[in-house]
Amino acid sequence: MNLALIIDLASWVCLLAGSFFCVVGGIGLLRMPDFYTRVHAASLTDTLGAGLILLGLLLQAGFTLVGAKLVMIGLLIFFASPTGSHALTRAALVRGIAPQLADPPEASSSKP
Amino acid sequence: MPGSWRTFSLFLFLLLFWWLLSGMPAPFLLAAGVGSALLVVWFARRLNIDDHEGHPVHLAWHALFFYWPWLLKEIAVSAWQVCRIVLDPKLPISPTLVRFKPSQITDVGLVIHANSITLTPGTISVEVSREEFLVHALTREGAAGVQAGGAMDRRVSALESWPRMFS
Repeated sequence: MNLALIIDLASWVCLLAGSFFCVVGGIGLLRMPDFYTRVHAASLTDTLGAGLILLGLLLQAGFTLVGAKLVMIGLLIFFASPTGSHALTRAALVRGIAPQLADPPEASSSKP
Repeated sequence: MPGSWRTFSLFLFLLLFWWLLSGMPAPFLLAAGVGSALLVVWFARRLNIDDHEGHPVHLAWHALFFYWPWLLKEIAVSAWQVCRIVLDPKLPISPTLVRFKPSQITDVGLVIHANSITLTPGTISVEVSREEFLVHALTREGAAGVQAGGAMDRRVSALESWPRMFS
């Protein structure tokens, strides 16, 4: 087995695994009961989904300028997506969307 | 790290960024890159954002070789757990809100901690302050994983205090 074939195989494994996580993230988005749990499902897509697809493409690109740009895209996603999710959930909480909890706190009914 | 060294490092990073995006070694383009990097560094100085928060290059070594590999492992493990929950016909979720006090001292440390919590599938930092983090977790087990003195809390605190230990 030569190296190019091994890299190609690893790349395809990453691309397929990344696609799998993206699809599962989509399924989760539909199956979850409320806003906050849906955000959890979506985070599957933009961490491992996007990460593995970028890794697969990176293996195809190798040490080239395209590879460097893929790394930059990966870094951008890994810094920006949690900031976005945080802003989204915080806005939801501030606007009064109450999360469905497994163990509802006793004091929550007395809150304004 | 003295401020002037940090500013110089910002300049080098911007120049590298320009060069990687353009990819052409033509003298005119490289000169334009130097000019643009200098301009951005000047803006950054005027805005006072070329400091330890805007360009936290002092954390780079520890982050790159110790914190990020661990965080990537955590992301992979919890993504797999969330994946199994989503595909489970019973959808075994137990959404939980937890509050705890983070042990970080610097603002950069708090941001890294909050972002790491959100980046890990199954937990989102909803409210962030120096005194308290409010975290929404998909399961009770996930909620138990984030807490004061937990693995992530300790590692982020080690990350933010690393350069001081050696300087």
